Amino acid sequence: MKRLWRFPGGLRLPGSKDLSTGGAIAPLAAPARVYLPLRQHAGAAAKPVVQAGDRVVRGQLVAAPSAFVSAAVHASVSGRVVEISDHAIPHPAGIMEPCVVIEAEPGRAGDATPSLGPVPAAGDMEALRERIRAAGIVGLGGAVFPSAAKLKPSRPIDTLVVNGVECEPYITCDDALMRERPEAVIHGSLVLMGMVEAGRCVVAVEDNKPQAAARLREALKAVVAGGRQDAGTLEVVEVPTRFPAGGEKQLVRTLTGREVPRGGLPYEVGVVCINVGTAAAVAAAVREGRPLTSRVVTVTGPGIRRPGNFEVALGTPVADLIEAAGGTTAEEVELIMGGPMMGRRLESDRTMVVKATNCILVTPVRTERSEPVMPCIRCGACAEVCPINLLPQQLYWHARGRSFDKLEPYGLADCIECGCCAVVCPSRIPLVDFYRFAKSEIADQERKRRSAEESRARTNARNARIEQQKREQEARKAARKAARRKPKADKAEAPEGEKQAPQDGEARRAVGGAS
Amino acid sequence: MEVVLLTIIALLFGVGLGVAAIRLRVEKDPVVDQIDAILPQTQCGQCSFPGCRPYAEALAAGEADINQCPPGGDTGMRALADLLGKEPKPLAGGDGEASDPVPMVAVVDESTCIGCTKCLQVCPVDAIVGAPKQKHTIIEAHCTGCELCLPPLCPVPDCIVMVEVRPTAANWKWQYPLTAAGERVA
Repeated sequence: MKRLWRFPGGLRLPGSKDLSTGGAIAPLAAPARVYLPLRQHAGAAAKPVVQAGDRVVRGQLVAAPSAFVSAAVHASVSGRVVEISDHAIPHPAGIMEPCVVIEAEPGRAGDATPSLGPVPAAGDMEALRERIRAAGIVGLGGAVFPSAAKLKPSRPIDTLVVNGVECEPYITCDDALMRERPEAVIHGSLVLMGMVEAGRCVVAVEDNKPQAAARLREALKAVVAGGRQDAGTLEVVEVPTRFPAGGEKQLVRTLTGREVPRGGLPYEVGVVCINVGTAAAVAAAVREGRPLTSRVVTVTGPGIRRPGNFEVALGTPVADLIEAAGGTTAEEVELIMGGPMMGRRLESDRTMVVKATNCILVTPVRTERSEPVMPCIRCGACAEVCPINLLPQQLYWHARGRSFDKLEPYGLADCIECGCCAVVCPSRIPLVDFYRFAKSEIADQERKRRSAEESRARTNARNARIEQQKREQEARKAARKAARRKPKADKAEAPEGEKQAPQDGEARRAVGGAS
Repeated sequence: MEVVLLTIIALLFGVGLGVAAIRLRVEKDPVVDQIDAILPQTQCGQCSFPGCRPYAEALAAGEADINQCPPGGDTGMRALADLLGKEPKPLAGGDGEASDPVPMVAVVDESTCIGCTKCLQVCPVDAIVGAPKQKHTIIEAHCTGCELCLPPLCPVPDCIVMVEVRPTAANWKWQYPLTAAGERVA
């Protein structure tokens, strides 16, 4: 048995996972329209390569990555590009961002997935990385960081961690994927292991998902029997069920005993961590040439009639997905993208499934008034459950008092917003809300500071330019004066008024020319 | 004896200080830079000085008060009070409420712009693009919201107007989690 370490804090939470694990992953019928945001990933928005009116087939590139940290977007249905316009992305405030809108034409010929090209040779790392980039693959665990950018670590990697922990209550999309497509997960893991040149690979599953672990082991056995040498260094490990065991840093700690440095990333301690869904997407891209156009989404919660897991085309309206799950049990429901601990409230169902959408949690809106927030009694329960060993109470005081500069030494930036502190708080203080508030205020200050710096530079450049123009103008004036004085050396100087007019014209031309 | 000794020590210190005053001399007033770093760089002139730097210089010289910068808002005023060791006070010309201004940018209505270039010449950050008798436009990312280009400078009524900065996923902020009554914000 492999040795496991323990991360600090954490909580055992009621899983509520049975709700959605009853059936198989149900493919959702292609919606009438899909809305594909140009930015479904961390980093720069993709650049559209299609125009309104273009015919596209499923899997066709509609927006190309615009930077190293950016990701491609592909048509998730075959049809016609209607427009590229702003639509509400999954966001608590219903923020609008540009999306490629495609109207599906179901009967359309050529409804086949275009291939990304021939399978690259197993040893050709650059071609494999390019393939993963071209497939628009991002971290499907929720962080949506472009995977290709992650697969070029600047330090040697000894362990690849494939994360199938899925510790958050209610969510079962990774569980379903591991149970139904274990072979894809194993295959993708092997590809990735080769790419980061890791000596071993650990597929981690929480011990409340014995079926998933068993299916993965079977698939692994079959691959080893199939004669793959490298599969011997891959193992499936069950980790204790304790939220947030699936957090990247927590999982690295559990499996290797190493601590990812503050503000750092796992590669700094020789580990790369990839979600199981991402591994399966890599397998599809590398083996079958299929870009990322759909994902498994859990629709669950007490507010939905038929909870389950669905294979959903990216860009599908959330309302369509809810309808496919039998509709809601109450007139008014609250929608959360993600789980109850770390998920984000959605403003309405008039938004779409994106690469980050692992779960839509539906709960009836409570009619009774929520219990009041009481003062902090300094019990310290929050500090005991914090998986990062932060001092949630101190963070709370300073965030509440808007003393943002005092939060940095207390490590606010290292808070993963897991919500453990808020769950155990006997005074029901919305601690994570305070941390999110403070983090966004700090980010805003930083943004303002940067833009002020830019404005200062622009002003200085402008002042210097005006100064120079003035000098040049004076030099010209002096030269003209001198030229005029020579022939008229013995005559009297011209009156003031006559000299004034041409100068003004000169000044105007100078300004016009510069602007 | 003691008198001589003390005199020599005093002379040595005197020479040391004199040398230090020349060799370690600070050319620029660092306070001005510190103040300038706090100011929002809108270059709007609402402080009655012709830009942020001149206001910073006046503040450092004690010729201006800390509450003369409306774009900096309450936050900016408090930062200045902190830096200069002064008591915070409400912003001059404000409604007395401690708040920060909503970020705004200027927008040119290109259908009515006559291409007079007046706004091009006053824009302190060169955020306006245009040429004589050509439609002008404002680069939103560069506009500081200084309002210097608004009428009466712009000869066409309603051609340049101020609008709130559009909320995006990048600049959106979580609101304060509790209401004034101490209840959770829904």
